[in-house]
Amino acid sequence: MISKEDVRYVAQLARLELTPQEIDVFTGQLGTILEYAGQIANLEAEKVPPTAHALPLTNVFRKDEVRPSLAPEEALAAAPEREDDAFVVPRIV
Amino acid sequence: MSDLYFEPAHALHQKLVGKELSAVELASAVLDRLESTEATLNAYLLVTRDAALRAAEATDRRIAAGEAISYWDGIPVAVKDNMCTKGIRTTCASKILQNYVPPYTATAVGRLLEQGAVMVGKTNMDEFAFGSSTENSAFGPTRNPWDLERVPGGSSGGSAAAVAAGAAVAGLGSDTGGSVRQPASLCGIVGMKPTYGRVSRYGLVAFASSLDQISPVTRDVRDTAEMLKVICGHDPMDSTSSPDPVPDYAEALNSDIKGVKIGVPKELMGEGLQPVVRASIEAAVATLEELGAVCEEVSLPHVSHTIPAYYLIAPAEASSNLARFDGVRYGYRAERPEDALAMYKRSRGEGLGPEAKRRIMLGTYALSAGYYQAYYGQAQRVRTLIIRDFEAAFARYDVLISPASPSVAFRLGEKVDDPLQMYLSDICTAPANLAGIPAASLPCGLEDGLPVGLQVMARVLDEPAVLRVAYAFEQARGSLGAPPLN
Repeated sequence: MISKEDVRYVAQLARLELTPQEIDVFTGQLGTILEYAGQIANLEAEKVPPTAHALPLTNVFRKDEVRPSLAPEEALAAAPEREDDAFVVPRIV
Repeated sequence: MSDLYFEPAHALHQKLVGKELSAVELASAVLDRLESTEATLNAYLLVTRDAALRAAEATDRRIAAGEAISYWDGIPVAVKDNMCTKGIRTTCASKILQNYVPPYTATAVGRLLEQGAVMVGKTNMDEFAFGSSTENSAFGPTRNPWDLERVPGGSSGGSAAAVAAGAAVAGLGSDTGGSVRQPASLCGIVGMKPTYGRVSRYGLVAFASSLDQISPVTRDVRDTAEMLKVICGHDPMDSTSSPDPVPDYAEALNSDIKGVKIGVPKELMGEGLQPVVRASIEAAVATLEELGAVCEEVSLPHVSHTIPAYYLIAPAEASSNLARFDGVRYGYRAERPEDALAMYKRSRGEGLGPEAKRRIMLGTYALSAGYYQAYYGQAQRVRTLIIRDFEAAFARYDVLISPASPSVAFRLGEKVDDPLQMYLSDICTAPANLAGIPAASLPCGLEDGLPVGLQVMARVLDEPAVLRVAYAFEQARGSLGAPPLN
């Protein structure tokens, strides 16, 4: 089972602000889901290689040539706040 | 003109070419039908009437100039709202992207529009594709045209309901754990997830990068084959797209399946199935055998661990993909945050819905230090075991069949308070996403007025086998008819 402290910690990692009510509800729901999903821990699979990707592609590269890309105006068009060619955000530190 | 909006694209294409109908008349008929059903269904988040009519006019100009028009030219289509459309609002049914206007168009959408397809609007979905009922939309659920008190399935419920109701001729959805096949099943239409990598994911707002595929939603198998021809193929903008050449999928539409070996995985015909679904699939097996196929039970033992593995892998990938929604460059930003951390937490806390938060937290937990190996790592190993089960089965069988959903359409509100119950809706469909194999759902029967879908799966890159069996079955079974919606 997962505790409320776990939920608060995970929410912090995920940069999610939750209300006390959400913390209550999610603690119960996540606990149930993780208990169910955790059943795979019982499977003997130590020697099985993990699959991250169903399609066996590696090193998909292209030539290091400059190509057209999104213009600064287009990239900034949806900005909540901007100044010249920069996204403006509140203080970080 | 009343049945026009229920005809498949191939029939409409013939009418356009034969000048029995203009593209503007067709678009108007579909748009009128859309408008008359929309208040009830809520299938659309945005209707692009003017742009659609202008596109239809362009089709008519091409026809008048004596140009040969392509299969999709002038055909009204719906696009799920998690695919970027340049200059046209794209919300993923989330408050966090409520006013987002993308600066580019998804490759698959662009390919369809380049053919002259007429986009009538962006369809409703579960927020960020998290769901199996379209009830997780921040803008209200979509209703099932076969029974308005029931869900259309999800997450591509809007596209499926629109096509089923005649409010679009065909559409695009996306499928990560079953999000096109399950709604296709519940709405009585065809939905096919291609092999992973077959269709570019560029411009598809990512949920789970190793599982997502844009998928056709159509009236019949021929339209699916023709849509795949347009949207499949390598895209340099998506480095996970397959370099394999795209065959002419229409060549697979052959109703002779004598001698085809069909496996029926017993793990997908288990206890969790509604009796009416089991009965419908068993009748489908009988039909396939009458057509000369050989059907046999097969076991895919690790497929019974699909839901635990999927609900660790998919949320883990989602937690990473949704980190970009932080209020910085686009989307909702909370008002007057005191610092950057508050901006991230409050923008996400205020902009994201409950299921999005659940999945992000599940994923973050599964990837966190101390838990990574036990949850995400183990799920990836289970994924390998599932892939091996499928490979072993495809060494003996040409295709595998199963239900596309363990139940017919359930009632609105029935599963919203029990996330795990909702997740179990994916039990039939998620194995194909984990294995990366192509899989389609097509109408199998009507039980008490509610559609049941038959799922057909084949090995990686063997879309032709899926299409061939699906087509043969469809020709033998005939149509379900239109939903009794007025």
